Amino acid sequence: MSSNTELPTHYVAPVKDAAVTVDAVKVDEKPASLWGDAWRDLRKRPLFWLSCAIVFVILLMALFPTLFTQVPPNNNCMLSNSNAGPAPGHPLGFTFQGCDIWSRIVWGTRTSVSVGVLATLIGSVIGLVMGALAGFYGGWLDSVLSRIGDIFFAIPYILAAVVVMSVFSNYRNVFTLALAIGGFAWASTARVVRAEILRVRQADFVMASQALGLSRFRTLLNHVIPNAIAPLLVVSTLALAAAIVAEATLAFLGVGLGSDVMSWGADISNAQQSLRTAPMALIWPSIALTVTVLAFILLGELIRDALDPRARARR
Amino acid sequence: MLGYILRRILQLIPVFLGSTLLIYALVFAMPGNPILALFGDKTPNPAVVAALEAQYHLDQPFIVQYFYYLLGIFQGDMGTTFSGQSVNDVLARTLPVTGRLAVMAIGIEFVLAIIIGTISALRKGKIFDNAMLVISLIFVALPIFVLAFLAQYFLAIQWGWFRPTVGAQNGWNDLWLPAIVLGVSLYATSMRLMRGSVIDTLNQDWVRTAYSKGLPRRRVIPVHVLRNSLIPVITNSATNFGVLLVGATVTEAIFNVPGVGNTLFQATLRHEGPTIVSFVTVFVILYVLVNLVVDLLYGLLDPRIRYVK
Repeated sequence: MSSNTELPTHYVAPVKDAAVTVDAVKVDEKPASLWGDAWRDLRKRPLFWLSCAIVFVILLMALFPTLFTQVPPNNNCMLSNSNAGPAPGHPLGFTFQGCDIWSRIVWGTRTSVSVGVLATLIGSVIGLVMGALAGFYGGWLDSVLSRIGDIFFAIPYILAAVVVMSVFSNYRNVFTLALAIGGFAWASTARVVRAEILRVRQADFVMASQALGLSRFRTLLNHVIPNAIAPLLVVSTLALAAAIVAEATLAFLGVGLGSDVMSWGADISNAQQSLRTAPMALIWPSIALTVTVLAFILLGELIRDALDPRARARR
Repeated sequence: MLGYILRRILQLIPVFLGSTLLIYALVFAMPGNPILALFGDKTPNPAVVAALEAQYHLDQPFIVQYFYYLLGIFQGDMGTTFSGQSVNDVLARTLPVTGRLAVMAIGIEFVLAIIIGTISALRKGKIFDNAMLVISLIFVALPIFVLAFLAQYFLAIQWGWFRPTVGAQNGWNDLWLPAIVLGVSLYATSMRLMRGSVIDTLNQDWVRTAYSKGLPRRRVIPVHVLRNSLIPVITNSATNFGVLLVGATVTEAIFNVPGVGNTLFQATLRHEGPTIVSFVTVFVILYVLVNLVVDLLYGLLDPRIRYVK
């Protein structure tokens, strides 16, 4: 090596000058997680607390109607009170049959909530099972289950429930009604779950659990489904709102529960006859129905927004 | 393109067979003998019952009955109603009315959704946007029969802008009130999709390119942004066609529009099982056909879709 050729020199920063200083490390801080971020976002939104409060009151009304009204909804209806305005103890006035409107609204909450919750539970469970199996195992099972889903998707579920309820007209109760709605409304849930499972299936932890010797089914149950549950929660909250609307619509169409059961849909439909003279008998239960549905839709959309960083950017 | 059409039609066959079989199986589960029901309180002659059962293939196993029913559908015969009318005749009378109502409602839905959705997206976070989001939430939450009753009470009975019911006069101009109710009940979902879609499109490279070429805003928005934002809105109205059908049933019942939905509603009130099934089947066939047409339109609009296996 000749000594007269100059070696190219690089500037090397003195170590002490370039020392990186870290402000602080919070070792105790919990790592950011999907649910943690979502909760931090939700906590700050007044609409979230408003819809939670409405849902709480609705659930309370469904469980303990006597907390809100002492007037029985069906007994002591007096025809002399037909379509009468508000009176002491009867804040919203009377229906065409002379029944107390407020009491009927309070007692009708139970029908809406129980049918809505049961139908959503049925729809979500079927949707979760079908979507998870189709998405995780793929192949022919996916083809078969997805085609079955397409078949159910092609039948509008309110119309299917009309057929079911008119076929089983002798067995009308909360369970058959919930089964009629939930048994036909699961297809869209299954699609959402399947798409999410397809995404989660690619994750490294799935491969790791397989490498550790966990069976396929155990992997699905313990690792894939818990990580794919977020969209299901959103879809189920929105489905609950849709099921409450479906119950009221079926009652309006005359294929809901029997006339001895309080239902907002049936009350709205009955009040139609005297719409010209006593519109409030129609408007009050309509407001109850709309506020309930709105509360669940708001809750579902806010949770969806909180779980989806892209949606947060759109605000 | 031909391969794409064939593939779509082949995918449709199991859906069609499955959904008709499902509805048919539900009726088969119906308790009671329909032939005996025809005679009311009288005890019929067993020979007559046997003859009628043979005529309607009721003595055959379930799957054979379904096969005859399917054969009828493919020959263009949708069956008979409970009162003995041919479903085809009823359809010929009612389908044009429902068609007019649906076209007007979809038109109102799209005009509202596109205009309000686009303005909301362009003014994201401003007062107009927030107000429209709140209003759309209320319309999503309002069940259609509530909306219909409110419109009937305020727009027709109180303010007298429209006739409260439609009845025998059901031309294009007579259907405004039910069409507005149906359109407005559908617009909220489409409007929100349109808003999200326009916001996404505004961030795309080609929009920046269009602006940097010096194109004015009044050309970029309609030509480059709107056209590309429409696809999710159109997809959604095809998959939500079922909602339109249920909505049409309810609005027709409330405004007494003599369409297919109203016929279905009257049949439910009278518990006429066979009629209900015929008309629900008609709705399912319509749904499947509409989705096929929209799928084919996509293949035409967007070449990428054609080649996806």
